[in-house]
Amino acid sequence: MEETKDYSHIKGWGIDIDPENEPTYPIKKYTGDDHAQSRWERPSLQPIDVEVLHSNERPNVSAVFGNTLPPKGLSGAIRRFAFRYSENRYRHWLPLILADRIDMVEGLIEDLRRGHVPNILAEKGYKAEWKYNQRGVIKKAVAAAAVAAYLVLLLKRGRK
Amino acid sequence: MLAMNYRGPFRVRIDEKPYPEILHPEDAIIRVTRSCICGSDLHLYHGLVPDTRVGSTFGHEFIGIVEEVGPEVTEIQVGDQVLVPFNIACGKCAFCKQELYGNCHESNPEATAVGGIFGYSHTAGGFDGGQAEYVRVPYANVGPTRIPPEMDPDDAVLLADVVPTAYQAAEMGGIKKGDTVVIFGAGPIGIMAAKCAWLFGAGRVIVIDHLEYRLEFVKSYAQCEAYNFRSMEDPVLFIKKTTDWFGADVCIDAVGGDAAGNALQTITGRKTLLQAGSATALHWAINAVKKGGIVSIVGVYGPTDNLVPIGNVVNKGITIRANQASVKRVLPKLIDHVLAGRLDPKGIITHRLPLEEISDAYRMFSAKLDDCIKTVLIPPKATM
Repeated sequence: MEETKDYSHIKGWGIDIDPENEPTYPIKKYTGDDHAQSRWERPSLQPIDVEVLHSNERPNVSAVFGNTLPPKGLSGAIRRFAFRYSENRYRHWLPLILADRIDMVEGLIEDLRRGHVPNILAEKGYKAEWKYNQRGVIKKAVAAAAVAAYLVLLLKRGRK
Repeated sequence: MLAMNYRGPFRVRIDEKPYPEILHPEDAIIRVTRSCICGSDLHLYHGLVPDTRVGSTFGHEFIGIVEEVGPEVTEIQVGDQVLVPFNIACGKCAFCKQELYGNCHESNPEATAVGGIFGYSHTAGGFDGGQAEYVRVPYANVGPTRIPPEMDPDDAVLLADVVPTAYQAAEMGGIKKGDTVVIFGAGPIGIMAAKCAWLFGAGRVIVIDHLEYRLEFVKSYAQCEAYNFRSMEDPVLFIKKTTDWFGADVCIDAVGGDAAGNALQTITGRKTLLQAGSATALHWAINAVKKGGIVSIVGVYGPTDNLVPIGNVVNKGITIRANQASVKRVLPKLIDHVLAGRLDPKGIITHRLPLEEISDAYRMFSAKLDDCIKTVLIPPKATM
């Protein structure tokens, strides 16, 4: 603990300490004993009955956690890989973004496997878009049709 | 029960999901009576937050009725009407003891940089959120707060995040009597931050955005100045000119990673995810504040990096202050402000939709359709 350390060998140690110079006020209730607070009585621990990935910047799983959607499939494997690296590394975050995109495809496959064909336009809220922005929807549809027609033309030319 | 179900960027739907369970002795189950879509939910909806898993239920602004409590819950009872702060906080760790309830160390295993947040990806703990009929609320002795009987539920639901975040934005600005405060963003947080800046004695409050209907709204709701950055060549130069060429005393970034206004930031931040969101508002805030001024950040960014002029922070001697709002800390004061009529949160609600219309609700809020500012979702079993 801080108070057991002896700094007498350092000339001038602590001479300018000013407990009032606390820039985190008012968002932090500064009590002057930050270092004494680093150990606390942990709350009861939530039983770990699903796979929980935890940051390697902490030694354990927090006392409570969300038990939703444990990692699975290819996206899950990528997430496990990501959690081998700290939050300081791109190797942590970029694989997680990749996993999210793969998860989206896996979700689509899962829907179809369960016999549910997702209504993607409805999920994207196109009913509201049509109600309040018909011109925008028509513009998008025309643009998409133009791009599709252009691609078909390109394909046809390629075959010749 | 019915719950929102995230299927990938720009795709959400309502689905049947299992009723939540008590998983910890301090858990409670809340029957949701109101929930909101927050501007920061749009970062999830747009696919900007890493580890947002398909099947998640979003929603960190909600109120409801206590349906069930775990054996160690003593502070609330079945039947209580409660508002639930968006932060999940244990109340026991070093950070909670210092009232940093947004930085709890016992509520999020997946990341150390943020505490647990309801319905905000696995990066914020992997908890289901309140855009559902029922929700599991951990640490129910700490977060949930009884709603005073005289309080309108529409006011109460905005005390879960919007008002505390906006208030803390102004508080972190260290506003002194007569200060000029510039707020970037006229979304719900920016609008409310403008209102809160007056409570701290601001002399002038200026809001910058690009959506005319929101600028018109904030001008009248918060009795402040409001300007469209699309109508000016350079918003920073505009602020310098209107502050005797010094810059604002305090700038607040109330936008975060979804900011418009700079093509490079938009392409690298929002379209290609090379940055943790577009940092246009923060960039402007740093450059528009005066030397020795304070920049307060409550806009949400992802966990990687952003392009901001950090050299100017050093050269101008700027103080940057930021945090997730510590809802529990500021709640007693804010309840008082609302009951005394000094703040009128429900005044920003523009849309009330059934939970079942969640896909349309997200689209409307994201695409700013029908002059949408704040949407409240009402589950079918809501009784209050």
